[in-house]
Amino acid sequence: MPKLVFLATDIALYVLIAVIAFYVWHALRTPTLRQTWRSVLHDPAAMSAGVVLAIFLVIAMLDSFHFRPLLPPAPGAPADAAPAYSTRTLSVLDALLAGPREAREKTYSVPLGTHQFSKESMLVDGKSVRDFPRLQFGGAHLKDPATEWLGDVLQRSAIGIVGGAVAAVVLWMVISALRARSAGTGVTESLRAIWNRTTEVPWRAMLLTATVVALLAGWVSALWPYYHVFGTDQTGNDVLFQAIKSIRTAVVIGSLATIATLPFAIVFGILAGYYKGRVDDVIQYVYTVLSSIPSVLLIAAFVLMIQVFIDKNPQLFDTGLERADIRLFLLAAILGITGWAGLARLLRAETLKLGELDYVQAARAFGVSDTGIMRRHILPNVTHIVVIVAVLDFSGLVLYEAVLSYVGVGVDPTTNSFGTMINSARNEMSRDPVVWWTLLAAFSFMVTLVLSMTLFASAVREAFDPRARAFRVKRSKPSPKGAAVAVASAAS
Amino acid sequence: MINYIIRRLGYGVLILIGVNLFTFVLFFTVNTPDDMARMNIGGKRVTQDAIEKWKVERGYNKPLLWNAQKPGVEKITDTIFYERSVQLFAFRFGASDSGRDIGHELRQRVGPSIALAIPTFLLGIFVVIVFSLLMVFFRSTYLEFWGVTLAVFLLSISGLFYIIVGQFLFSKTLKLVPISGFSGGWDLFVFLALPIVIGIVSRMGGEALFYRTMFLEEVGKDYVRTARSKGLSETTVLFRHVLRNALLPILTSTVAVLPLLFLGALIMESFFGIPGLGSYTIDAINSQDFAVVRSMVFVGSALYIVGLILTDISYTVADPRIRLS
Repeated sequence: MPKLVFLATDIALYVLIAVIAFYVWHALRTPTLRQTWRSVLHDPAAMSAGVVLAIFLVIAMLDSFHFRPLLPPAPGAPADAAPAYSTRTLSVLDALLAGPREAREKTYSVPLGTHQFSKESMLVDGKSVRDFPRLQFGGAHLKDPATEWLGDVLQRSAIGIVGGAVAAVVLWMVISALRARSAGTGVTESLRAIWNRTTEVPWRAMLLTATVVALLAGWVSALWPYYHVFGTDQTGNDVLFQAIKSIRTAVVIGSLATIATLPFAIVFGILAGYYKGRVDDVIQYVYTVLSSIPSVLLIAAFVLMIQVFIDKNPQLFDTGLERADIRLFLLAAILGITGWAGLARLLRAETLKLGELDYVQAARAFGVSDTGIMRRHILPNVTHIVVIVAVLDFSGLVLYEAVLSYVGVGVDPTTNSFGTMINSARNEMSRDPVVWWTLLAAFSFMVTLVLSMTLFASAVREAFDPRARAFRVKRSKPSPKGAAVAVASAAS
Repeated sequence: MINYIIRRLGYGVLILIGVNLFTFVLFFTVNTPDDMARMNIGGKRVTQDAIEKWKVERGYNKPLLWNAQKPGVEKITDTIFYERSVQLFAFRFGASDSGRDIGHELRQRVGPSIALAIPTFLLGIFVVIVFSLLMVFFRSTYLEFWGVTLAVFLLSISGLFYIIVGQFLFSKTLKLVPISGFSGGWDLFVFLALPIVIGIVSRMGGEALFYRTMFLEEVGKDYVRTARSKGLSETTVLFRHVLRNALLPILTSTVAVLPLLFLGALIMESFFGIPGLGSYTIDAINSQDFAVVRSMVFVGSALYIVGLILTDISYTVADPRIRLS
């Protein structure tokens, strides 16, 4: 039985999932919220992005269950000796991807390569020659890479893509069958409805996105056991594996940092707007001071501080991973502490407005306590702002992490993250020939994540705040609704 | 008006005092000078002698707030707080932890920072306004759709990619401009061309979308409909009427960032080897030079406060309906 390890960020992510689940349950019970979220559910772009985000989230969660494997008992140890655990902490994802994780080469190799990127002295037939040595794992099953390589790659790709296509077809069938059962129609009819986009939920867009993902996943899973799909980095680690591991870091930074701002922003924003006067002055003063300090410098100061703390107290952390993780956790917390001013300002303004409304005045006249009014009457009516800001901030934070890592105040250098990947790839662009694959891997994963989140966030914002149509392009000419309003106003 | 500005300035000074106290607590009591010395000298096994020597050299061996051994006023003035924090208000920054005069460095480096920041800022505003106005001009067509798609895509790419790919493409492959560096005279343009272009492109996505919503809001208003019904062409309506009215919120929102241009662009300067304040800050963070970081925090906050006051004033200048009181 391996020893389970709960890292600080793991627990925070579980809590996050619990909070999201609670919010979903709450939204399902509240008719107005259900109505609002329905407009997100009916937005094709947002739902396609949602499919991608869900996949990223699953990967991040798989990477968040950690354990230390049980070591085989030492030879000659008594039968009742305490079990010994490995000093390396692994996650479920690590265990699933054990193949590529352990397939370490010596140094750089190109994507799908069979030979090392740099020459080395080797002994061939007793003579010393300088040549590109074969990789230990990538394409190791080929006898003569020069002739077999292309055929092998094409064949495996074809198998993988066909496998992905089959999975996609099954998915289309399952969804239309499920729809058919609940609607009481035939499967073909349901499939046609999906294809003609007459369904309420944009199933076609979602299924097309899932199809693309399935094809890519099929292709990768057919090649990955035999080749390094995205090549290897300077120390010979598989780049694709690093990119997948980086997803968790991005999700942790994006979500935890946002969550960390919420308590400060909600409490101070509502207090300032509700009590006004002195309380307002003090709170405004505090957040103006915080926001007037350039954020990179403030974060740098805090991060140098926690680094001193970690260096001084090495006995608190059992493994290197735990030490790196506490830094990630504290970094998210710091981003929260330094970043709550914007949301607090919005909440204060909204609370000022709400405080003057009749129902709040009535509650006060009935003798409801101040805390009661803030909790029951103000907080529920500012939640939409919190939700909008939370989803909008996510993308920005993921991008910010890369900048912070470049400055040297980001995550621990041993943590896989898009920032550390870009950082290591940066210097290699001046090599000749260029080492481009690390950068490409980080780029494609990061753009996919950030773009999906941006699209999803904009749909959420539109649902909660119909005036903000940031990305919406109106295709039609002046709508009949507008004409009707004009007629109505002319008539009155 | 004058009264209002004086009051705002007073508030600004209060904020600066807050920033100063906050950084003092952060840098001297949470992180003691001993910690700083240990980090700066490096390594785990640092002798106490070496730490003491380091502190004496930089004047960190004094008491924090109250020097009981000294006579008279020196009880207060001969302390770390007075020498390192209070002096900042007179813009006397003292020496950095590596021994150089910070004030001199700041004066030297502000020029290159501005040479990069101001063209980026002005050209950037111009490009973004043109881009977003074009999207509004072609609204409800495929051109707008693709414009928005492009902007959303640009928005989702990390700024670091633009720099790395730009340097690779234009400097290494095409050899149009040098990879990095800085010099005076005509060469300045060669060195600054790429950073300026990249600076504009990396900001374009988000700002174009923001400006577009502002223009669209304005396009729906009554006076625009009146202008059209007078028979004015769409171009005249957009450039004469809509642009002018939408510029109000845009200008007031950009005034706030004007003073911060002096701080320079952190990432851009360090990638392109421009000896400005941004690269100075990054170098200071990397070499853990706390004295420089503290000075930059102070300068940055002071500029931010100036920006806040300028924003308030620009509201009244741009829109006569608003009175400050």
